[in-house]
Amino acid sequence: MSEFAIEFENVTKKFGDNVLFEDFNLQIRQNEVVSIIGSSGSGKSTLLRILMTLENIDGGKVLVNGEPLWHRLHNGIWLPADERHLHRMRGQLGMVFQHFNLFPHMTVLRNITEAPIYVLGQSRESARAQAHDLLRMVGLEDKAEAYPAELSGGQKQRVGIARALAMKPSILLLDEITSALDPELVDEVLEVIRKLAAEDAFTMILVTHEMYFAREISDRVCFFDAGKVVEEGPPERIFNQPEHERTRAFLSSFLKAPSSNT
Amino acid sequence: MPVTEILTALVGGAVITMKIVVMALPLATLMAFTAGLMRISEHRSLRWLAVIYVEFFRGTSALIQLYWIYFVLPLFGLSIDAVTAGVAALGLNIGAYGSEVVRGGLLSVDKGQTEAAIALNFTPRQRLWRIILPQALVGMMPPFGNLAIELVKATSLVSLITIADLTYRAKSLADMTLQVEQIFGLVLVFYFLMAQALTLGIRALEKRLGKGMQRGGLS
Ligand SMILES: Nc1ncnc2c1ncn2[C@@H]1O[C@H](COP(=O)(O)OP(=O)(O)O)[C@@H](O)[C@H]1O
Ligand SMILES: [Mg+2]
Repeated sequence: MSEFAIEFENVTKKFGDNVLFEDFNLQIRQNEVVSIIGSSGSGKSTLLRILMTLENIDGGKVLVNGEPLWHRLHNGIWLPADERHLHRMRGQLGMVFQHFNLFPHMTVLRNITEAPIYVLGQSRESARAQAHDLLRMVGLEDKAEAYPAELSGGQKQRVGIARALAMKPSILLLDEITSALDPELVDEVLEVIRKLAAEDAFTMILVTHEMYFAREISDRVCFFDAGKVVEEGPPERIFNQPEHERTRAFLSSFLKAPSSNT
Repeated sequence: MPVTEILTALVGGAVITMKIVVMALPLATLMAFTAGLMRISEHRSLRWLAVIYVEFFRGTSALIQLYWIYFVLPLFGLSIDAVTAGVAALGLNIGAYGSEVVRGGLLSVDKGQTEAAIALNFTPRQRLWRIILPQALVGMMPPFGNLAIELVKATSLVSLITIADLTYRAKSLADMTLQVEQIFGLVLVFYFLMAQALTLGIRALEKRLGKGMQRGGLS
């Protein structure tokens, strides 16, 4: 297996005439936990969305476990990825969304078992057994038969995590998963992520505004600004001795108004 | 003429009207979903085909469509009986309106649902049938209910191609007996009851499809 779980090689990403990423490079090692911080609009979500195949790229290459995500080799030439290639690649990735995006017409149990059964071809019994294990892990064993509308935000997000884990991804993408939660519900969700990070079985990229949490669980912190990694390094260094003016400004704006940036 | 006799004759007409509704409704539903799904297809030719169908049936009069199917198609060697013509015209006509409901319903489902479905690696077909459509159906039900009532009311057009439906019988009874207020009063009640029955049925369906779902809020 490739040393890197994820590699961005000279990636370009545009929205219309707006160039967000240009010659963008980033490498993430296997089982590394990387936090991405930065102000709104700096491209954090887009980075994750490119990996989850929700946004295409306009140039360069993205490698997932050493294999191009948005390109496929055909008779010795690189072609744009088709649905089949994307389907094969996606199995390695899982995503948890800021706004949960649970399926409202399904019970919690079905939210978690639907993809394992119909995408992975698991048996109903094994998918259910696995879902119950996952629900226990996120502390919601008693909610299997509830509908999403009957859950609190924190509970919904824990189901969102269980649903993503049920597909056994090796790379987990977390996009501001606590930003839509009431403050008192944030910790129950972060607790689950803390456990996952401690298992050291996943490569994790989390976009977050919870600085203390990023500092606690990350192997590395990347500070994004206008589609560029301005500064990156171990959390202690980024938070204690940021080298760049932009990083310092961003972090100090956080100290002053912790909630103004969500 | 005694009211009981009038009633018997009208019930016979109402049965024919209901038959036409019961046959046209599945056709309308089929056309609505076929054309509605074609409208959001990736293939431009499918989208265009659906647009042509919808605009043609919405943009011309239902009565003329009925006349075309019943009187004009036979001139091209395609002759069909009156009931089939009535069912076809009404089903195609209501289906055209219904396809707009289907399209709107599908587009109204939050984008995040498709994104979650992609992240879980569902195929495009699974995304549609397992995730998007079941949610869209709930919102489609009230406008479908309106269209079903439109269909009931539009069936009276078939009285103009020799079918002895409720309207046809009412008209001929009224011509015969001149008891217009009784006859047309009863006809109103009959149409109203049929529409109510459909409305109740569709409400029940909406409730069943919407199990667990709740308006507003993130899910
Ligand atoms: N679908 C889109 N269409 C047009 N512009 C977009 C789209 N998605 C993101 N952008 C733009 O790209 C930039 C980065 O967005 P995003 O990745 O969401 O930032 P962040 O998550 O850091 O707040 C923003 O300027 C945003 O307006
Ligand atoms: Mg974002």
